[in-house]
Amino acid sequence: MAFFVVQFLTGLASAASLFLVASGLSIIFGVTRIVNFAHGAFYMLGAYVAYTLTERFAGAFGFWGGIVAAAIVVAVIGAVVEIVLLRRIYHAPELFQLLATFGLTLMVEDLVVLTWGPNDLLGRRAPGFKGAVDFFGQSVPSYDLFLIVFGPVVLGILWLLFQRTRWGVLVRAATQDRDMVAALGVNQKWLFTSVFAVGVFLAALGGALQIPRDAVNHAMDLRVIVDVFVVVVIGGLGSILGAFVAAVLVSELNAFGILIFPKISIILVFLVMAVVLIVRPWGLFGKREAPARRTPGLTVNPWRPLTGSERLAACALLLCAAALPLVGGNYAVSVGSEIAIFVIFAISLHVLMAVGGLASFGHAAYFGLGAYGVAFLAKMAGLPMIACLLLGPLLGCVGAAVFGFFAVQLSGVYFAMLTLAFAQIVWSVAFQWVEVTGGDNGILSVWPERWAASPSHFYWLTLAIAALAAVGLRILVFSPFGFALRAMRDSPLRSEAIGINGKRIQWTAFVISGTVAGVAGALFAYLKGSVFPDSLGIPLSVDALVMVLLGGVETVSGGIIGAIVYKALNIWLVSQTDLSKLVLGAFIVLIVVAFPKGVVGMLEMIRHRHRDGTPKATSLIASRIETAE
Amino acid sequence: MRRSRFILSAGLAVILAGMANTAMAQSEIKIGEINSYSLLPAFTEPYRKGWQLAVEEINAAGGINGKKLVVISKDDSGKPADAQTAANELVSSENVAMLAGTFLSNIGLAVSDFANQKKVFFLAAEPLTDAITWSKGNRYTFRLRPSNYMQAAMLVEAAAKLPAKRWATIAPNYEYGQSAVAVFKKLMSEKRPDIQWVDEQWPPQGKIDAGPVVQAVAAANPEAILNVTFGADLVKLVREGNTRGLFKNRAVVSFLTGEPEYLDPLKDETPEGWIVTGYPWYDIKTPEHAAFLKAYQTKYNDYPRLGSIVGYETIKAAAAILTKAGSTDPEKLIAAAEGLKVSSPFGEITFRKIDHQSTLGAFVGKTALKDGKGVMVDSVYRNGADYLPSDAEVEKMRPKD
Amino acid sequence: MSTAPTLLSVEGLTKSYGGVHAVRGVSFSLQAGEILALIGPNGAGKSTCFDMLNGQITPDSGRIRLLGEDTTGQPPRTIWRLGVGRTFQITATFPTMTVRENVQVALVSHGRHLFNVWTTIRNFAGAEAGGLLELVGMGGYADRPCGELAYGDLKRLELAIALANKPRLLLMDEPTAGMAPRERIELMRLTARIAREQSIGVLFTEHDMDVVFEHADRILVLNRGTLIAQGSPAEVRRNSEVRAIYLGEGLVYDARHREGAAP
Repeated sequence: MAFFVVQFLTGLASAASLFLVASGLSIIFGVTRIVNFAHGAFYMLGAYVAYTLTERFAGAFGFWGGIVAAAIVVAVIGAVVEIVLLRRIYHAPELFQLLATFGLTLMVEDLVVLTWGPNDLLGRRAPGFKGAVDFFGQSVPSYDLFLIVFGPVVLGILWLLFQRTRWGVLVRAATQDRDMVAALGVNQKWLFTSVFAVGVFLAALGGALQIPRDAVNHAMDLRVIVDVFVVVVIGGLGSILGAFVAAVLVSELNAFGILIFPKISIILVFLVMAVVLIVRPWGLFGKREAPARRTPGLTVNPWRPLTGSERLAACALLLCAAALPLVGGNYAVSVGSEIAIFVIFAISLHVLMAVGGLASFGHAAYFGLGAYGVAFLAKMAGLPMIACLLLGPLLGCVGAAVFGFFAVQLSGVYFAMLTLAFAQIVWSVAFQWVEVTGGDNGILSVWPERWAASPSHFYWLTLAIAALAAVGLRILVFSPFGFALRAMRDSPLRSEAIGINGKRIQWTAFVISGTVAGVAGALFAYLKGSVFPDSLGIPLSVDALVMVLLGGVETVSGGIIGAIVYKALNIWLVSQTDLSKLVLGAFIVLIVVAFPKGVVGMLEMIRHRHRDGTPKATSLIASRIETAE
Repeated sequence: MRRSRFILSAGLAVILAGMANTAMAQSEIKIGEINSYSLLPAFTEPYRKGWQLAVEEINAAGGINGKKLVVISKDDSGKPADAQTAANELVSSENVAMLAGTFLSNIGLAVSDFANQKKVFFLAAEPLTDAITWSKGNRYTFRLRPSNYMQAAMLVEAAAKLPAKRWATIAPNYEYGQSAVAVFKKLMSEKRPDIQWVDEQWPPQGKIDAGPVVQAVAAANPEAILNVTFGADLVKLVREGNTRGLFKNRAVVSFLTGEPEYLDPLKDETPEGWIVTGYPWYDIKTPEHAAFLKAYQTKYNDYPRLGSIVGYETIKAAAAILTKAGSTDPEKLIAAAEGLKVSSPFGEITFRKIDHQSTLGAFVGKTALKDGKGVMVDSVYRNGADYLPSDAEVEKMRPKD
Repeated sequence: MSTAPTLLSVEGLTKSYGGVHAVRGVSFSLQAGEILALIGPNGAGKSTCFDMLNGQITPDSGRIRLLGEDTTGQPPRTIWRLGVGRTFQITATFPTMTVRENVQVALVSHGRHLFNVWTTIRNFAGAEAGGLLELVGMGGYADRPCGELAYGDLKRLELAIALANKPRLLLMDEPTAGMAPRERIELMRLTARIAREQSIGVLFTEHDMDVVFEHADRILVLNRGTLIAQGSPAEVRRNSEVRAIYLGEGLVYDARHREGAAP
């Protein structure tokens, strides 16, 4: 009995740190609608700064003072980031801020290694909380007891802050309806900055408090960020109490789950999230999301198909691309194949995001399923390459059909998180089911047959498929189906009122998109000759998002350009420098600030300006005319 | 669509510029090296220092049959797919004579498979998975470090002498952890049929929730524990275990924990008396190692980690293979490498013909605290050759060429 | 009038939220070609009533029969398929499409081509869409981005969209809200003309009494969730209960109605 009580207490202690970080994320999202990918980075910075401060200043005062000071320092950094970076892009399309915070995260990961060195750092134990308390023969670390008390205390303080202060009332009002707060004459800028700083403070505090338990290291951010997102979503976005309950729920399920299924940790949070979202689409304590706001002050020019001369230009470009093997060596050609594959992957997600308004955070699942489909067929069934390429993506199609059915019942961030959960579940299966998938050692020797084996032949194959996919999806965009899908994105209310069964349209789009992603995955398996769980993983899903956002989500060809730019740059940087993350992150942040509509969106804007022949004094960013062809 | 022309032509320009470098003089021999520099700097930095020292020494001694040795190093950002891109660049654009390196098992396997497909010689440095030389072995791939199996066998030798009968295991939930536990259990049960396995914990790699894990293991009340976690997970496990008294009066056998990479971060919280494999650089008195240690410390003003040894020996072995082959033809390299004897800071090692595994060994000892730092004491070098299964068993596991 | 078929009949419609009756026991019917106004002060339950008719809200009790079919609790798209067009109090259109494409989507849906992925939408009903836009006086705007339209034009566009499925019944929630007085009159005259020409029944809610009294054949007056009066404009105008409610709101509609009616 004592054991179960202690296990319960241990779970509560784990919940406390999770809650701290999650509450910060929840507050930031609730008010600013920013999906703050950098939240983990701030958590990590909190730990690193606290490490430095607590090593420097000894004693109880030095330790606790150092923890708080670290959180404040990082909160100030967060405020600066908000003022310098995020403030410029609140008017950008939704999720574009995700790109900015992703860029920041990449930079911070390299910067902490440059600043604090590559080694894991062991911080001090908390003065006064070094030992354990005996509980009927079981030991409970006293620091755990501190955390168990501290979590609810923070919850209480936050509650008071939100209920009893003017600032808190404004924050709650803004969470309900941002525009209303703006109408009340509140200085929205500073409200956002202060909210962001408070959120970051909580993240950094959570990180700093890990010092006595964890080793401070440069991978802390990724370890925490996904779990925290999951907790926030389970609890309900913007709900602090929800975040607390969800943190406790997840931690306790884990603490007791490992007694029965020792391997459950890896998948547990995602299982819980998937179940919660299917049963309660807005999380445990969340409210139905307000309809996605139209970007204010934005007049979108409608998309139009390519004109005749533009089609000729596209064909000419394709021919140029096809000439690559004549001028480039094997390496250049293989890189070309890889880029072509990622173009397919990016446009599959782009259709979903740009046309359907459905941001899948787990699109790698269908890419990876396509790859595994090929690997199974080639290795186990021994089918020829053509058959594998045709049938392999069906696994992606089936996956998309099953998961998409549940996912399209939701919208916005909840849709995104459910797709993420499904992707993680698939990933964990591939990662753990060693007998079938080979686990993380993957499936090897899935090489192309002789006719496609030479790099140039394989390149032409991928290029042709990429061109087909691009043309096919483009036709889809301008087809009745594409318009129905856009109709659902633009106005679900109107769509229903003109007889469109929106969920079925979205589901169909999801399946098409997943299948195309599966095609990309199938080709990828042959390009690399092997399949690993990586091709189902979160980093790949994030890559896809970044490619789409970089190209421009309000454009038709954004996916193509985004994939080419991002992938080419990524491959080149990784080859050139160990600090590729720093450079790539800085590049992304720069793009975000300079081209808040993405690369293609920016080019469109310039073209329109030329056509109008009226050079405007206003900055490009503030301009109201933007569009896509 | 029109604007993509600029991007494409810019991309082409970059690629073409890159290729201009490749037509370099034939007076050098190039080795292409790949490792997870950005993902795992704590391990790959000492590793890099190690191989840089080796390159310096080799060229100072006249290079390889008179040609200068050049190592072209690429980051794989911890992803098998990126490692293959890097391998492709090294082979296609840089025309390297052989590939070397890699840390993670899956990346080692990916590059090994690439090497097999493209018929390139590959010397795997650090990956531990048994598959790379056995179940997924191929004729182009050789491996330097003692494998999972060998380290398990070394630990089992010590562990079997313990009186403990009730054992629990804690291992990261992925292929490395799973196969380490499987091999350890198998070898241990062979030597000690009286042993009971009372609990197993499988925390996700890098994300251990140490409190509940420690509590769960304690509840099973084992007499001894096998640990396979490392890095940040190990730190958390040790801290929780120390606080909750998990390791009190219990024997612990732990993979890799004696390597400075994993031991040093534990500082004054290093648990004492764990039986570990590792690298006690302060305790090795052989002349080969003394020479290495002196050269390393002079050049870097830092002590070596195990990675330094691996990096150093990888390039030394590669150079020996290239020298003996007198050619960069992969078939000749394989012929030269099979059965080749090379000196190392740990003594002479051999690349076995049967499975291309080197006989580099490891030190087995016990952890202890000294001046507030973790060290290995009572350590003994175990020659890898003594901890490999019989040739018949190896032949059964390894696919025919 | 009695010879015309009944398009819509509502019996005992009731909806409450947490013990508060939003709509209680509302019954009425609507004949083909009839223009019926639903009026009442704010909070009277007009919107709830409307949302139940078009399927956005399921009533607690009561029955709705549209064109002879029981549509109680059916989703909006089913009701639309029966031949019901609808406009919203706050316009709901597709801002990223052109004006013509807005109408085309509705026509495509009516023709059941929604799952066609292989041809461009240009091949679908472009002329028909143009015709509908001409009908509502938007012919010159067909290729303009919908997001650029003035509010009054959006209302007209909504009307064109609502007519795309050749409706027998139009449900219009505050069709003239947010428009300038001149535009209001124009829009309602247009609506009334189309309704009479094509024999479409219209049910609309409205705050502007000028609009109501000029165009409605019959008026339903809702207060606190119950129907307190129904009848011809003249009957409703004489009703003392109605006068009390509206005088309380300070509306003197007789005089203004006559002024506004002058061309």
